[in-house]
Amino acid sequence: MSLALDAFTIVSVLAGMFFFLAGTVGLLRFPDALTRLHALTKADNLGLGLIVLGLLPRVRTVRDGFALIGIWLLVMLGSSTVSQLVARAVQRETAQR
Amino acid sequence: MNELALAFDVGLAATAVALAWFSVVARSTFAAIVAFVAYGLLLSLVWMRLSAPDVALTEAAIGSGLTGVLLLSVGAQLRPGEAALDLERPGAILRSVAALACCAVAALLALWVWGGVTGPAPTLAPQALAELERTGVENPITAVLMAYRATDTMLEKIVLLLATIGVWSLTPDLKWGGRSGPRQTVDPDGVLVFLARALPPVGVVIGVYILWVSSEKPGGAFQGGTILAAMWLLVMLAGLMDAPGTRRRRVTLALLAGPIVFVAVGFAGCFIADAFLAYPVDYAKALILLIEFPMLLSIAVMLGLLVLGTPQRSAPR
Repeated sequence: MSLALDAFTIVSVLAGMFFFLAGTVGLLRFPDALTRLHALTKADNLGLGLIVLGLLPRVRTVRDGFALIGIWLLVMLGSSTVSQLVARAVQRETAQR
Repeated sequence: MNELALAFDVGLAATAVALAWFSVVARSTFAAIVAFVAYGLLLSLVWMRLSAPDVALTEAAIGSGLTGVLLLSVGAQLRPGEAALDLERPGAILRSVAALACCAVAALLALWVWGGVTGPAPTLAPQALAELERTGVENPITAVLMAYRATDTMLEKIVLLLATIGVWSLTPDLKWGGRSGPRQTVDPDGVLVFLARALPPVGVVIGVYILWVSSEKPGGAFQGGTILAAMWLLVMLAGLMDAPGTRRRRVTLALLAGPIVFVAVGFAGCFIADAFLAYPVDYAKALILLIEFPMLLSIAVMLGLLVLGTPQRSAPR
């Protein structure tokens, strides 16, 4: 059982790290602001989500588990709002040109 | 495992130094500020690695978050004159002398810290832990801030109040007592309005919790107050609420509540215990909480008003 849980944690956290890496590569390599935002939000949502998922079997109390999920939800709320704001600013700027 | 931790620490320190360097040499003010904020967040990770979660929380909230916002708003105000500022850049000689002087100070400090140390670093931790029971709190950091060195904490809050007054004193006569910043317009479909409605209930609970939990775990009035200030600023940024006029009685009360209660409890200590800011053992925790809750309100309002800046619209008649 513990072996299976360990394997789950490792696979999940590795997958999360992959999304962070992919998001960073996208941020550096994509051509414009909107596609870069797309790359960033993947890292925030999926990357952090998978890492949180992988850490869930390792928490000591149920409360810690809820705290982890709460952090993930708050980060998603923050990052999605910020990316909307940035995208709108980009749109306004291109409309002015 | 130890090598892995060491590799992480070295990478962390190297990234922090690189970011610090970048924020100093960056030509654009905006890039420098962004680097500074990221640097602050890395620094709070460094504090976590040093097992100092209280400092890490403060660094993330104040050092990175609030200072970052303050710098951003200053940067935005400086933007029109940035080209002129660039022209006034000091010459190469002056800059290298300044850099050399900074390096010399850092080197001297490093020599002083590391040169004379043999054996374990001097520490007051055992004494702090020995008396912990008499303070009524379980978190030694809170005991230091609110009991052993409460005078420092009190003066720190008064300095913050003076800083707020200092910002206000830059107000032109006609605008005195007016509201800070431009009036934000509400975009009813805007995402910011959604965030300003969805987040504050959660943020206010977290802010108060961080203060409440500080008697047992990492947390405190400063960290909690910063979160409350951030929620207040978010609501004002979204246009759901206007900035307060600075002469409103409620603003004055909120600003003064914390320092006044602190000083009052301090003087009461002369009578109910044996010294200024001493607590009777039985009521120590209750008195600390009595100081901290008005403090939370005052800190939140002070920090919010500092970010809002000087009043820019004339006072309502």
